[in-house]
Amino acid sequence: MQLIRCPWCGSREEVEFHYGGQAHVSYPENPAELSDAEWARYVFFRANPRGPLAERWVHAAGCRRWFNAVRDTSTHELLAVYRIGEPQPEVAR
Amino acid sequence: MADPRARRSPLAGWAPQLQALNGAIRAQELPFLTQLNLRLDSGGPAADPVAKVLGVSLPTVPCTSVGSGVYEVLWLGPDEWLILAPAGSAPELMIALREAIGSEHAAVTDVSAQRTTVQLSGPGARELLAKGCAIDLHPAASPEGSCVQTLLAQTGIIIVVRDGTATDFLLLVRSSFAEYFAAWLVDASVELTEPA
Repeated sequence: MQLIRCPWCGSREEVEFHYGGQAHVSYPENPAELSDAEWARYVFFRANPRGPLAERWVHAAGCRRWFNAVRDTSTHELLAVYRIGEPQPEVAR
Repeated sequence: MADPRARRSPLAGWAPQLQALNGAIRAQELPFLTQLNLRLDSGGPAADPVAKVLGVSLPTVPCTSVGSGVYEVLWLGPDEWLILAPAGSAPELMIALREAIGSEHAAVTDVSAQRTTVQLSGPGARELLAKGCAIDLHPAASPEGSCVQTLLAQTGIIIVVRDGTATDFLLLVRSSFAEYFAAWLVDASVELTEPA
C-alpha cells in the first residue's frame, strides 16, 4: 500500500485518505457577471492530463485536514504534498 | 429488572469479556469520561487563558498530547484539541473555558458521548495493536505522550501512548463502533493471553 505523507501527521497508509478533485480551482471573482458557458467551465471542466496534476486530498481517518498534492495520474505516485495556501511546488517529471 | 433510565456505557455489556483477559493484555473501559472538543487559533489571544484553565499549554506538535494530572489534552489538528476530564466535570469545565475564551473566536463543544475510552495495558498491548494498525508504536517511534488518530481494524480510533515502554495505551473509539472494537480486541488477544 502506498504511504501518503500528511503535512501534519506524517506518512500514513493510503486508506486513511480521500481524494477531493483538482486543486487551485478558484471561485469566480464576479459570479454575477458569468455567462452560462463560463459557469459550465468553472463547475464541470477539469484538467485531465497524463502526468502530474495538483489535487486536493483529505486525511479523513486522521487529522481530517485538507491539503494539496501533486499526483502523477499515470503511476498514481504522489510526487509532492503541500499545505493549503502554500504555492504548488515544482516537480520533476 | 434493570432501571431503563440508568446510564449505560457503550461497552457495559463487554465488561466481563474484557475483564477475563489476563496475562499479557489487560483492557478496561473508562466509561463516561468528559470529552470536550476545542477549536481555536493556537497563536491567538484565547490560547493563553485556555491554557491557564487547563493548567497546561495546548500541544502544538502534531500527534502529541499533554496531561496536567486532571486533564489530558490531545492534539487532533492544528486548531483542534480533545480535552479528557473526569466523568461529570463537563458543565463546570465548559463554563470555565467559555469564560476564558470570552468574545474571542473559538469553540468548546461537549462530545463526551461521541467516543468511549478503553485503557489497554500489559506487555502484549503493543503486539495486539499491531494486529490491526499500521502505526509504529515502538517507544522509539511513539514515545510517551504520542497521540495518533488512525484506523484500527478498519475502525477510526485515537491511540494515546501513556508510558515509555509501550505497555499502557488509552484508546478512544466511537460509541457506535465500540462493540465491534471490543469483539475484535477479545478475538485478537486470544493468542496473547493465558487460558483461563
